[in-house]
Amino acid sequence: MNVKQQLKEGLITQNPVTVQLLGMCSVLAITTTLFNGIGMGLSVLVILTLSNIFISLLRNIIPSKVRIACYIVVIAGFVTMVDLFLKAFVHALSESLGLFIPLIVVNCIILGRAEGFSSKNGVAASALDGVFQGLGYTMVLVIMCIIREFLGNGTFGGGILNGGEGVRILPESIPALGMILPVGGFLTLACVIAAMQYFLSKPKKTEKKEEVAK
Amino acid sequence: MELLTTLFSVSLGAILVNNFIFAQFLGICPFMGVSKKVDTALGMGVAVIFVMGVASAVCWPINNYILIPNKLVFMQTVTYILVIASLVQFVEMFLQKAVPTLYQALGVYLPLITTNCAVLGVVLQNTQNSYDFITSVVYGITGGIGFLIAIVLFASVRERLDVTMECPKAFEGFPIALITAGLLALAFMGFSGLKVV
Repeated sequence: MNVKQQLKEGLITQNPVTVQLLGMCSVLAITTTLFNGIGMGLSVLVILTLSNIFISLLRNIIPSKVRIACYIVVIAGFVTMVDLFLKAFVHALSESLGLFIPLIVVNCIILGRAEGFSSKNGVAASALDGVFQGLGYTMVLVIMCIIREFLGNGTFGGGILNGGEGVRILPESIPALGMILPVGGFLTLACVIAAMQYFLSKPKKTEKKEEVAK
Repeated sequence: MELLTTLFSVSLGAILVNNFIFAQFLGICPFMGVSKKVDTALGMGVAVIFVMGVASAVCWPINNYILIPNKLVFMQTVTYILVIASLVQFVEMFLQKAVPTLYQALGVYLPLITTNCAVLGVVLQNTQNSYDFITSVVYGITGGIGFLIAIVLFASVRERLDVTMECPKAFEGFPIALITAGLLALAFMGFSGLKVV
């Protein structure tokens, strides 16, 4: 088992969003404030890790013909648990993410990892894979949130800092509202992926610098 | 008359104002994945209309006559996704027997509909907004039509893009497609003022 390589794959070379291009819906939709991004990222991380562990445990029992349906039931169970947990203890987050918490069920990242990794590997490796892929997803969400919130609202850390208002960086008249509307989501994600492609296509020495910078 | 007005405003909302792709970000994966050619995009759109309509029609009685009376509302997500998965499987088997040509045209995209968040999204929204049966079905079908319009428009732009565009190397492929989608979303924002009283 190679922890370092798994970490690198999850964050950079096999990042679920920017390289595997999975789970676009939530990335585009909820990255308007830092609070949403971190909350969604952590929810997915928890669900991904739990479902990876569970599916890896069951990998020899599940018949391969009905495996997708089995995976979906396992994932839906964990999503319901997280959904109820958020509703009970972190109501503000559940309110602002709304529909996108139950929709984690059909987030391709989780099904993709179940099919591609945890159904073939041991429990420990699958758990690590869940954590690292979840971290990679969270990382992209946080980057997107910071960019979009800064350009669209002129603040940093909305929902968490300064009593939920966020720390104001730009005066109110400057920011372009479009960046927190759907348009901004598409454009920001395009730029983030393009940046990633640019750095990944460079020779290896510069790649390490990029890792540090992130 | 009142019902008709409601239905009209729901349809208008689902097709243009709250378009599933450009305003709500539901179903982005198939939207990006199956939009390289207009033909396949059209097939995918039609299949989605069908599945969204039937899923709305099936999930409504299940929610109102089984889950709510038995106080099983917390099982909603699990139940809905099971219904959708089996529905897609059923549609697949039916098409294979009855309309083999359509089945072949749709190919691998048919099972992919299960993980289309627009389908689960429309069912969850029906429940959240407590629509009645007819409104739910209309919302499902018109939401599908909105998806069809979005994906066909996008595919036609993308077909031309591949041939004529020159763009920076880093933006090749997926990023430039996202930019295109962003500009389409900007155009669809123009509909946001439409309202039926």
